[in-house]
Amino acid sequence: MKNKIKPLAFSGKWDLDPAPESTDHISIKDQYGLFINGKFKNPSSGNYFPSINPATEEKLSMIAEANDKDVNDAVSAARKAYNGAWSKMTAKERGKYIYRIARLIQEKSRELAVVESLDGGKPIRESRDVDVPITAAHFFYYAGWTDKLKYAFPNRNPESVGVAGQVIPWNFPLMMAAWKIAPALATGNTVVLKPAETTSLTAIKLAEIIQEADLPAGVVNIITGAGATGAGIVNHPDIDKIAFTGSTGVGKIIMKAIAGTNKKSTMELGGKAANIIFEDAPLDQAVEGVINGIYFNQGHVCCAGSRLFVQESVYELVLRKLKDRIQSLILGNPLDKNTDIGAINSKEQLATINKYLKIGQKEGAEMFQLDCSIPKKGFWCAPTLFTNVSQSHVIAKEEIFGPVLAIQTFRTIDEVITKANNTPFGLSAGVWTDKGSKIFNLTSQMRAGVVWANTYNKFDPTSPFGGYKESGHGREGGLHGLTPYLNF
Amino acid sequence: MATRIDVLKTYKIFIGGKFPRTESGRFYQLKNGKTPIANVCLSSRKDLRNAVVAARGAFEKWAGATAYNRSQILYRMAEMMEGRKEQFTAELMSQGMEKNKANQEVMKSIDRVIYFAGWSDKINQVFGSVNPVATSHFNFSSLEPMGVVGLIAPENTGLLGLVSTLCPIIISGNCGVVLASEKYPLSSITLAEVIATSDVPGGVVNILTGKKDELVSHLAKHMDVNAIYLASNGEFKKQIQEDAIQNLKRIIIRDNDSWDDEDHEHPYAIADFMETKTTWHPIEIISGSGSGY
Repeated sequence: MKNKIKPLAFSGKWDLDPAPESTDHISIKDQYGLFINGKFKNPSSGNYFPSINPATEEKLSMIAEANDKDVNDAVSAARKAYNGAWSKMTAKERGKYIYRIARLIQEKSRELAVVESLDGGKPIRESRDVDVPITAAHFFYYAGWTDKLKYAFPNRNPESVGVAGQVIPWNFPLMMAAWKIAPALATGNTVVLKPAETTSLTAIKLAEIIQEADLPAGVVNIITGAGATGAGIVNHPDIDKIAFTGSTGVGKIIMKAIAGTNKKSTMELGGKAANIIFEDAPLDQAVEGVINGIYFNQGHVCCAGSRLFVQESVYELVLRKLKDRIQSLILGNPLDKNTDIGAINSKEQLATINKYLKIGQKEGAEMFQLDCSIPKKGFWCAPTLFTNVSQSHVIAKEEIFGPVLAIQTFRTIDEVITKANNTPFGLSAGVWTDKGSKIFNLTSQMRAGVVWANTYNKFDPTSPFGGYKESGHGREGGLHGLTPYLNF
Repeated sequence: MATRIDVLKTYKIFIGGKFPRTESGRFYQLKNGKTPIANVCLSSRKDLRNAVVAARGAFEKWAGATAYNRSQILYRMAEMMEGRKEQFTAELMSQGMEKNKANQEVMKSIDRVIYFAGWSDKINQVFGSVNPVATSHFNFSSLEPMGVVGLIAPENTGLLGLVSTLCPIIISGNCGVVLASEKYPLSSITLAEVIATSDVPGGVVNILTGKKDELVSHLAKHMDVNAIYLASNGEFKKQIQEDAIQNLKRIIIRDNDSWDDEDHEHPYAIADFMETKTTWHPIEIISGSGSGY
C-alpha cells in the first residue's frame, strides 16, 4: 500500500518573533587565569588565547594558556591536597563539599546556561534544560556516594587512586567537567582538569563556584590550554589516573603515551551509532527520536545516532516525515529560546563537517538540507541528511561530529543487526519498534554500551555511560562510574 | 618377560575443538632435569590467527547460551578433571613438582572450576542494576561478555593458574585464546582434552603452546581480539599496552606468583571481562507532566 501524505506548507508561517535570553546579568571578565591551588593565577608563559562566540565570531574573553610549568604546579597542588586536607577529612565531610558545589550550580544555573550557549554555540534550550541540570544532578548524585563506597563493592576495600588528570571535550563543556570531577572527588581523589580550548568559560565559572564553596585549596585545579597542555597532563609522572573524553584518534595517542606506566585510564571516545526504525514502530515518535538523535547539540555528540536504518517497507514514509520535520527546525541565534540548531562550535569543526558533506556527495550519496538562511557571521551548518548511502561510504563509517545523518535501509532483523554492529565503534544504539520481544532481541544484540529503545540521547547521573570496542573503556555515571577512580 | 615399551603422548595444540599439530612444524623439548619428557608444539602466528577465528566463530553461540547451561558445562569440566586427577598429578610431577604439592594443585584446580561455574547465573544479579533515572524511563544496566579474550597464562603454575584465569573469562560467554605456560605446558594440553570432552563447544577455548615472546605481540595486535588478560608476572606489560592500542583492547594485568590463595575466588575477576550495557525505555505517563519520549 502506498502511503499518500500531503506535503505540509512551511513557507513563512513558522516565523516566530525573536525570544532571546538576556545576557545583561552575565559577567565575563576580559581575561582569566589558571585555577591552581585554590587561586586564579597568571600563566607562567604570560600567554593568553581568545575564546570566541561561534555564533558571532566576537571575542568573549582571553584565556590563559598553561605550559608544562603550570601543569606541574597544578599537579603538585593536587598531590599536596591529596596527601593533606582531602585525605584527612572524613568521607562525610567530603560529601558535604560536593553537595555544596551542586547547590551553587543550581543557584547559578541561568548564568551558566547563558555562558555555555555564548561560548559553545549550543541552543539555550539545551544548555538550560540539559547541560546545566545534569551538571548539578551529577554532583548531587556522587556527593551521596562518598560515605557509602563500601556498600558498592562487597568484600572489597575501595581506596582512592590519587591525582586524576582529566581532559574534556568542547561539546558539553560544563557537563563533562561534572562527569569527571564529581566521581573523582566522591572517591577521595584530587583533580587537575583541562577543558577544551574553544570552551573554557564554564569550566572557569565552575572553578569560581569551587572557590566559593571553599573546597580545600588544590583539591580541584582547572587549567586551560590546547593539546600541548593536555599532553602535559597525560605525561606528568605524578598523575595516577587519566580520564579522557574526546576522539578515538586522540584516545589512542593517550593510551600510547601512558603505556608502560602505572596510570589507570578511562576513555570516552567516538561513536557512529545506529538508530534503527522497524516498520511496526510509532513512526512519528521515531522521527522525533531520530531528529533528537542526530541534531541535538548540532550533532556534536559522541553517541549521536548518525546512522539511520529504516525498514524498507516504511522507508518512503519515514523519509518524507523526516524531511518535513527537518524543514520545521529553526537554525539561528543560540540564545533564542526558539532555536533548535545553534552554531557549530568552531571554524575548524565546520571545515571538518563540510569536508564530509563533500565526500558524501562525491561518493554518490544524495544530500538534503534544511532550507534556511544562514547568518552572515559565525559558523553554521544546516541539518543534513544523506540517502542512497551504503555501508562502505565514508559518511557511514567515520564519526563526523556534526548535524549529518546517513540513511540506509534493511529488510530483516539479522541484516540490520549485522549492519549496525559492523563498525569499530560501540558507544550507543537506538531501536524503534512497538514489539517488546523485538526490543529485547535488538538491545541485547547491539554491541554498544548504551542502548535507547523508543527514545534517544537521554542521560542521567545514575545511568552508566560508556562504550564497547573502540568507543573507549570504563563507565561514567552510576555506581559503575565509581570503579575507575578506585583501587582495590 | 620383555619390558613393555611406553607409548609416548604427542602433545598437540587445541584450536576450534580439534587437536591439530602446529602449522610451524616446530617443537621444543620439555625436560625434567636431563630427562626429556615431551616434544611440545611451538605454535606459529598462523596457529594464533586460526585460534582467533575459531574463538570468534564460537562467540555468538556461547554468549547466547543460557547462564544455566554455561554453568553446567563448566561443572561438567570439573567432573571430567576429577576423573583425570591422577594424570594431571603425574604430569605435574613429571615436570618437577613433588607429589603432595601436585596433588593439592590438582584438587584445588577442580574446586576452582566449580567455584567459577557457580557464578554464571549470579554475576548479573550482583553487578547489574536498575538505575533510578530522574525521567520517565525504565533504565537498567547489565554485564555482557566482551568477545574474544587473549590469555597469557601464568608461567609458574601449569594447572591452577590456568583454570584460575581461564574460567572467569569463559564463564560469562567470552571465548579464549590461551598462550600456555612455557615451563609447564603439559597440564594445559591435558586440560584441553578435558574441555574437548566436557560439552564446551569447539572454539570457546583454544590453547597454544610455544614461546610467549614469539606470540604475545601478534595476539595483542590482532584486530579481532577484544581483551587481553596478562597473568604472567607483568612481563610483556608495556609491549602489550602498546600493541593493544590499534583497536583499544581492554587489558587486565594480574601479577601473582601463587594462585593457591582463595583470594583468587571472587566475581570481580569475571566482571573484568564484561562490558556494562545500559538500556533505556520510556514509561508511559498516565498522569503528570512531561513526555517519556
